[in-house]
Amino acid sequence: MSKILVIAEHLDGKLNSATARAISAAAAVKPESIDVVVLSDAPDAIAAEAAKIEGVSKVVTVARAENKHALAAVLAPQIAKAAAGYSHVFAPSTTFGKDVMPRVAGLLGAAQVSDVMTVQGSHVFTRPIYAGNAIVTVEAPSDHPVVATIRTASWPAAGTSSSAAPIEVLSLDVKLPSHTRFVELKQGKSDRPDLQSAAKVVSGGRGVGSKENFDIIYKFADKIGAAVGASRAAVDAGYVPNEMQVGQTGKIIAPELYMAIGISGAIQHLTGIKDAGTIVAINKDGEAPIFEVADIGLVGDLFKLLPELEAAIG
Amino acid sequence: MKILVGYKRVVDYNVRVQVKADGTGVVTEGVKLSANPFDDIALEEALRLREKGVAEEVVIVGIGPADLTAHLRNGLAMGANRAIHVTTTEAVQPLTAARVLLKLVEKESPGLVIVGKQAIDDDANQTGQMLAALWDRPQATFAGKVEIADGKATVAREVDAGMETLDVDLPAVITTDLRLNEPRFIKLPDIMKAKSKPIDVIELGSLGVDTGDHLKITHYAAPPKRSKGVMVKDAAELVAALKHKGLL
Ligand SMILES: Cc1cc2nc3c(=O)[nH]c(=O)nc-3n(C[C@H](O)[C@H](O)[C@H](O)COP(=O)(O)OP(=O)(O)OC[C@H]3O[C@@H](n4cnc5c(N)ncnc54)[C@H](O)[C@@H]3O)c2cc1C
Ligand SMILES: Nc1ncnc2c1ncn2[C@@H]1O[C@H](COP(=O)(O)O)[C@@H](O)[C@H]1O
Repeated sequence: MSKILVIAEHLDGKLNSATARAISAAAAVKPESIDVVVLSDAPDAIAAEAAKIEGVSKVVTVARAENKHALAAVLAPQIAKAAAGYSHVFAPSTTFGKDVMPRVAGLLGAAQVSDVMTVQGSHVFTRPIYAGNAIVTVEAPSDHPVVATIRTASWPAAGTSSSAAPIEVLSLDVKLPSHTRFVELKQGKSDRPDLQSAAKVVSGGRGVGSKENFDIIYKFADKIGAAVGASRAAVDAGYVPNEMQVGQTGKIIAPELYMAIGISGAIQHLTGIKDAGTIVAINKDGEAPIFEVADIGLVGDLFKLLPELEAAIG
Repeated sequence: MKILVGYKRVVDYNVRVQVKADGTGVVTEGVKLSANPFDDIALEEALRLREKGVAEEVVIVGIGPADLTAHLRNGLAMGANRAIHVTTTEAVQPLTAARVLLKLVEKESPGLVIVGKQAIDDDANQTGQMLAALWDRPQATFAGKVEIADGKATVAREVDAGMETLDVDLPAVITTDLRLNEPRFIKLPDIMKAKSKPIDVIELGSLGVDTGDHLKITHYAAPPKRSKGVMVKDAAELVAALKHKGLL
């Protein structure tokens, strides 16, 4: 039987909801148990949150001052040690999971399954390659733990449980390196919903034209309570910061509503939104490829249409 | 200091890759191949560090079939001093690539290894981190800015929450993100010059690396298609359609 260890992702003392998505994928393996490990300098509040997630058997905490910031070089040896006795180690395929998990896999001498979309069996999964142009079925060897990152857009967040799972303290005797030091994290502070978990997302592309013009996107997003995203071209041009990029090499998202404004629909962008419920495209070019995937398309100038939309919403 | 750069050849990013009807792979016959875009960024960064006097030598590494030579010549034309071609007829997965790179690291003793954050064919995003683990050295992934001084690299990383800066001791592994730099174009005279630059050819089998522990790919499928939707004629119609779906 499978025993799965899920790595909790957290920031500023709060559990990231991507963790609950990785737990859904773990549940799909139909394991004997799902344990969550919280590595932090102060894990208690995070562990209490994790203990309430449906399907979690127990939460283990590793409290060390060195775990204050999520440094892959510091976390990986602890995770590799904590993985003893588990058949699977999962983390969400966020920048956190992408950074730390291959380092864990390297230490364990195991191949990694990146971006798990579906679970076909305890060691058989599907995952996207070529910017999502192909989906492969992969079989992981059974002589090592399965190390995997979970494509969060493919999995719902596991629900809340009525009774909390037990929390245990784990002390790992692992020597940690000092060659990697945290300097700072510049967070894009925003009162808008979080791009990765929002039900509605409005994204702007190169068609928006400038940083100043992007206000029209923010204003419309605020009107409908949406998070704001962008294409790579908009980020490269400096209209918005990098953490807003949606696509193959940015964030992969699955909102109920995705509105692409002034975005042409390059394959690298589309791969980030193909799990969205409804895709709306607004583009002045009726031939733009985005219209091939949009559920609802509107051809026209965004600077004219967005104010009209706001007025029509009332 | 010497810099080792991962330089993988992949299907060009403009190609819309098609899955073979029998599910055994993707169509690669007659398809344009190019350097992995993140590896061009890696090479560009290494060249800039050399131009700044931080590094003396830039060595590109390609692990792949015999016909990789032309691809490596492009990297040499861009400015690398020399190339190492590790030949194999098998597809190379990240763990094997990392083990091969570790062998080369042991031979070459670079101060820095720069690889792409992901190869756009397998989209694995693993090799750099695995190499750092096997080498027991620091990693700074998804780099958007790199500064090297006093035996340390200060790297700003593109993470989900924003930009994170790390300080790492050298030697270290850095993986590149899109906005680290804009790779230079290759000039015609440089293509001529590159012809005389050395390419070391090493057979993968002779390196003594373990090529096991692979994922077995059992099937390739086309992604589910989104069906074409409807066009609306104006803002009012769009709002009505969204309200009808309960999205507004
Ligand atoms: C390795 C690699 C990785 C990549 N990763 C990503 C990724 O993760 N995410 C991503 O998005 N891209 C990615 N790209 C880039 C991708 O290939 C495209 O270049 C990019 O998505 C284009 O952005 P865009 O649609 O905003 O710009 P463009 O393609 O320039 O399109 C702008 C659109 O705006 C429309 N427009 C202009 N003015 C108006 C107006 N007034 N009103 C209405 N419409 C207007 C135009 O008709 C046009 O269709 C990647 C590329 C590479 C090589
Ligand atoms: N066969 C290879 N030859 C050269 N470099 C490679 C190879 N495989 C992986 N790499 C390097 O590792 C990076 C990440 O690849 P991946 O882990 O496959 O997404 C690439 O951008 C390359 O720099």
